[in-house]
Amino acid sequence: MYKYDEYDQAIVDARVEEFRDQVRRRLAGEISEDQFKPLRLMNGLYLQLHAYMLRVAIPYGTLNATQMRMLAHVARKYDKGYGHFTTRQNIQYNWIKLDEAPDILAELATVEMHAIQTSGNCIRNISSDQFAGAAADEVEDPRPWAELLRQWSTFHPEFTYLPRKFKIAVIGAEEDRAAVKLHDIGLQLHRNDAGEVGFRVFVGGGMGRTPMVAPVIRDFLPKADFLSYMEACLRVYNRYGRRDNIYKARIKILVHEIGAAEYARQVEEEWAHVKTLGLDAPAAEFERIAAFFAPPAFETGLSDTIDRSDPDFAVWLDQNVSAHKAPGYAVVTISLKPTGGIPGDATADQIDLMADLAERYSLDELRITHAQNVVLPHVRKADLYAVWQALDASGLAAPNLDLIGDIIACPGLDYCALANARSIPLAQKISQRFAATQHDLGELKLKISGCINACGHHHAGHIGILGVDRKGVENYQLLLGGSAAEDASLGRITGPGFDEDGVVDAIERAVDTYRSLRTEGERFLDTYRRVGMAPFKEAIYG
Amino acid sequence: MKLLTGNDLATGDVIWWAGDGWSRHIAEAVDVGPHAETLAAVEEAARRVNGPYAIDATQGPEGPRPAHIKDRIRAAGPTVRADLAIRPADANRGEWVI
Ligand code: SF4
Repeated sequence: MYKYDEYDQAIVDARVEEFRDQVRRRLAGEISEDQFKPLRLMNGLYLQLHAYMLRVAIPYGTLNATQMRMLAHVARKYDKGYGHFTTRQNIQYNWIKLDEAPDILAELATVEMHAIQTSGNCIRNISSDQFAGAAADEVEDPRPWAELLRQWSTFHPEFTYLPRKFKIAVIGAEEDRAAVKLHDIGLQLHRNDAGEVGFRVFVGGGMGRTPMVAPVIRDFLPKADFLSYMEACLRVYNRYGRRDNIYKARIKILVHEIGAAEYARQVEEEWAHVKTLGLDAPAAEFERIAAFFAPPAFETGLSDTIDRSDPDFAVWLDQNVSAHKAPGYAVVTISLKPTGGIPGDATADQIDLMADLAERYSLDELRITHAQNVVLPHVRKADLYAVWQALDASGLAAPNLDLIGDIIACPGLDYCALANARSIPLAQKISQRFAATQHDLGELKLKISGCINACGHHHAGHIGILGVDRKGVENYQLLLGGSAAEDASLGRITGPGFDEDGVVDAIERAVDTYRSLRTEGERFLDTYRRVGMAPFKEAIYG
Repeated sequence: MKLLTGNDLATGDVIWWAGDGWSRHIAEAVDVGPHAETLAAVEEAARRVNGPYAIDATQGPEGPRPAHIKDRIRAAGPTVRADLAIRPADANRGEWVI
């Protein structure tokens, strides 16, 4: 894992003291809320329905046990004993007091954490593949590049006031576990015909009000040109992005309006100039960063045999454990989606337990996933049963990864000031309704947003749900056919919306339709793509 | 009736104008009639509230009930965490919100 150098630490420490003074001035009445609001947002502090909310950055979703324990400590000392892991691989605390926020940031800084780039129209916290450095299908570890992006984008003076927020994801595998095509910029390390590794660059994806799947604007970008090309991409956007209309200000609108080919041409033109400025990281600096991500010292000669005699363990093993690149090791995904639970929420005690397990069994590493789960990336197969037992004793062994119970849900109207409808109660009802049948249904990604901002990725759900406000009453639109994976697609609305119970019933009818139509090995999404909307619509609306 | 609500500047708590000050309990909220704007300006300037705004509500047997679900959830707490509700012992809270 990356370790701060003196510059990283100095920047973060200075930011804490700056914010402490800003909070003092706000509480003393020296600055108004209008003046203060952009300053607190730049430090991840929002005002939500019930209190201030602090969003803490977890760069590319990677952290160690010490950092995870700090997250538990913050939950316990400054919040109400829990935190909410988000679809941006971050954590949010819902009950923060303004006068304590600087102390929280100061405590986070002691373990190289902060809340920078979690709000505002800047380049946001970089996201990545939660299996990076462990995945069996990886071409190259994307995290050194994500870290380079983090350093390049932190307080980048030219890109601090972009037309809108800007999200970048980096992966290094064919399987897309980070939804790169639904980011402003998605980067995929891959090998070209000559055997060299470089980036495929997707630009202009996103969800929200106008969802779009990003087109490829360059199929192969040499690694040496990485930062200068990113700079060119951002410059073209910064220059031509629509600042006149907040709903048209994201880069996806620019790319859509002028076309991917024209955007790419403008980037190439800008790049020809930018390349001469010496902005690319010197090879030595990249090597310094990359060294922090060198593969850990995996033990050799380990057995791949796992004792499956405990049937509950075997179910979890089949569902939540993935292949690791090193023999004798496996990747564990801890589902934060117990049946009837709140997706992404974890108590301080659970966070501590996950930290302990990481330290003892996963070479001191954890990852947060965009599906609001937690990963132990490097677990010896021989330790899986002990890990499962510890998780099971703490309500963390839900064996439902990628099943219908593994629901992505935003905080919705229970917490969020922008929401139209609640998301969490729906997730609870759906996970309860399908608890007994979910394994038979196979992979079925269900995603819920409480408003059009789509933090719950509803456009990209095999089944998506969008909460809307119909004359002051919660109403839910149902979408089918979305995907955030390498086969990215956007869901289509089935028809008129439903109330809370109505949408759960409608999902059951859609699922029954899938069951009656599926062929061997077909997922819900495959069946939908093969037969189209009509049979589902007929079953749902009768 | 019209209620005035906002958040406590330092703690972020949801608060309601109760006639002689702010209360965390909507049951103590009073009708601000046509005075919402003036009150909001004075109270915000004194830093006793952050982001005050007026809402429509109706007077019921248990006190004022906001017209919009968002403000009912603000008044009662998250519907999914009964333990964190403003009045955790109130069994009718769910019905009152929805
Ligand atoms: S999708 Fe809407 S309701 Fe949900 S967290 Fe985002 S802004 Fe809030």
